[in-house]
Amino acid sequence: MPEKEVHENGPVFDPTPLEAILEKSRGAKGALIPILQQTQDAYGYLPRPAVARIAKFLKVPESKVYGVATFYAQFHLHPRGRNIVRVCLGTACHVRGGEAILGAVADELKVSPGETTPDLRFTLERVACLGACGLSPAMMVNDTTYGRLTKKRVAEVLKKYQ
Amino acid sequence: MKLTLRDFSQKGDLAAPAQASRAVAPRDSRPTIVVGLGTCGIAAGGQEVYDAVVAELKKRGLDADLVSVGCIGMCEQEVLVDVVLKGAPRVTYARVTPDMVARIIDDHVVGGKPVQEWIAGTIADEFAPYRDVAFYQKQKRIVLRNCGIIDPGRIEEYLDRDGYRGLAKVLSAMKPAEVIDEVKKSGLRGRGGAGFSTGQKWEFAAKAAGDKKFIICNADEGDPGAFMDRSVLEGDPHAVIEGMAIGAYAIGADEGYIYCRAEYPLAIKRLNMAIAQATERGLLGRDILGRGFNFELHVKEGAGAFVCGEETALMASIEGERGMPRSRPPFPANRGLWGRPTNINNVETWANVPQIVLNGSSWYAAIGTEKSKGTKVFALTGRIKNTGLAEVPMGITLREIIYDVGGGIKDDKEFKAVQIGGPSGGCIPAKLMDTPVDYESLAATGAIMGSGGLVVVDETTCMVDFNKFFLNFTQSESCGKCTPCREGTKRMYEIVTRITEGQGTMEDLEKLEELAQMVKETSLCGLGQTAPNPVLTTLRYFRDEYIAHIVDKRCPAHVCKALIKFRIDPDKCKACLICKRSCPQQAISGDKKVVHLIDQAKCTQCGTCEQVCPFGAVIRE
Repeated sequence: MPEKEVHENGPVFDPTPLEAILEKSRGAKGALIPILQQTQDAYGYLPRPAVARIAKFLKVPESKVYGVATFYAQFHLHPRGRNIVRVCLGTACHVRGGEAILGAVADELKVSPGETTPDLRFTLERVACLGACGLSPAMMVNDTTYGRLTKKRVAEVLKKYQ
Repeated sequence: MKLTLRDFSQKGDLAAPAQASRAVAPRDSRPTIVVGLGTCGIAAGGQEVYDAVVAELKKRGLDADLVSVGCIGMCEQEVLVDVVLKGAPRVTYARVTPDMVARIIDDHVVGGKPVQEWIAGTIADEFAPYRDVAFYQKQKRIVLRNCGIIDPGRIEEYLDRDGYRGLAKVLSAMKPAEVIDEVKKSGLRGRGGAGFSTGQKWEFAAKAAGDKKFIICNADEGDPGAFMDRSVLEGDPHAVIEGMAIGAYAIGADEGYIYCRAEYPLAIKRLNMAIAQATERGLLGRDILGRGFNFELHVKEGAGAFVCGEETALMASIEGERGMPRSRPPFPANRGLWGRPTNINNVETWANVPQIVLNGSSWYAAIGTEKSKGTKVFALTGRIKNTGLAEVPMGITLREIIYDVGGGIKDDKEFKAVQIGGPSGGCIPAKLMDTPVDYESLAATGAIMGSGGLVVVDETTCMVDFNKFFLNFTQSESCGKCTPCREGTKRMYEIVTRITEGQGTMEDLEKLEELAQMVKETSLCGLGQTAPNPVLTTLRYFRDEYIAHIVDKRCPAHVCKALIKFRIDPDKCKACLICKRSCPQQAISGDKKVVHLIDQAKCTQCGTCEQVCPFGAVIRE
């Protein structure tokens, strides 16, 4: 594997953060998922060269790493936005208009759920439940939860994120 | 500094029941100001309120003890701010915004006069808060006793309220078998949904052969509409940790995991903080309280898969595999995590344990019904007035929960049903509202106790569409390992979708019922075995709504888009042009002073006109 390689749609892959993560995980039991989580935190997604490197490090086939990465909703194989908007469509939000909020966010960002804005500012996702049911309809931007949303409030919240 | 047994025995006889003071008082000579900063509080703007308190105190040069707490349960009223002055009850202000903070500080903290019109309730007895608020009058708080009261970031506050006293008691005076016996006698059953006897489960793991055993807390609270576990982890993480330590002692485990879903970042943060504090105090780690008992605890973050709430899938996930369940036996008690004997309980179950140990099994068994002991925490949501978290004694009726605790239906609409137990549960119709909340009575209705999600729906919810919602959830969360669940949930979703689009036939209903029964009986794990419950209960209690969709091509609740029309009531229309301008399809005609009209050929039933009309002139039919 070359030192640095260009991934489709992605920036140049810099292995330094990954190597640090792997070094920390040496010898840990059940390390694959935590490694994937930290890798995604570092790169924003799981770059192809990282998947290959992790497989080699753990001495498992690449297909296994891929299998785990695609099983869990949290992992992404393509670059994502700097800010992740998760609109809740859990039961309580469903009953109190979560779909309309999703529509409002989609209109505001001009992307569909699952997509990323071309400037990589936002990725829009649907989520089954944030557990903020008491304040439905709700959404989460990165690690912050927003409740009692209206179309107007959606626009205000999104403005805060660059 | 590490604690010793003496630190606990000095505070009173360890064999005696709970010792903690119940009186409300400021923590020191300064006034105490408390801001609710659970996920709900933050979502409602709690951080801004907290910052405003800091700024206003600074402006006045005032010194106060500023505390942040977890969820007390009144989600509807967030942001909550409490003021505690010496000799007065704790006063709670509701729906506080940053601009209200200055007056609360001036009038109340400085002037000693509470701002009457903003008060939501008062707490005189910390273990029975808000006797003056209807929402709390029928509650009994055991699991939630500290939530919203103590600062979850300070272990001292948990210790002051009998924290880790249960652990001290078992380590000083009880044999592991005695602990198991006590939990068995208490009648505690698994709060994750299935309701298996906790003591029995522990006994299996204790008796299993093996020198290395594990204990796990299932905090993968994936049911949409449920947030009980999140609130406990955020508001009182030490109660779960203490419960696990007691369980580990009882079954002979020296290592444990808390598997928490990644969607709960605050809960994970508070857990890690609590574990570090407990370790520092010698309440976790090696030679706990000098009694030779070792217990190490880790937090594992989930990665977004509902099926990982199933115990064998959860263990696979901790091991770093795809979270897929396997067939049982062997049960985890014999072959669990990394092939070792393992005991798994959920958050709420663990949080009950310290109180049972401390107060005795007969105290706990006196609460509830013959077969369902203790309390259950419910997340009340949907079309209900008081949404929030409520802990009620088992045996209370659904009616009492919805009307007395929940305050009844929002906007005084007609109550239709309550969905209990999430996607694994069922819809119980209004006519069965006198059903008592216990495992057996709820199962008899076709629903289950479940983990505690309780979603109230009114006349504006279409039960067929609601069922479609759950099926969409389960079919996308099915792990795909066994055929009945993988294919069955998908086919059921397709049939129900067809019905909501007006394309269903009466034959579909028979097929749906047959398929549901088959998936229920033959799926590998709990996900598939319970996924048909929403189908079966809606067919049982709301068959007429299905028939209306199929035969009359009508959606009685006016929800299913293919079966409704939007129309403008000419008597109410003020010809203001707002709907016309908002319509994305340009389907609305009319002009100033000319009553508007919707062109049904162009209309896509998006509902925008209905939302924007200031006069309620747009009607669904």
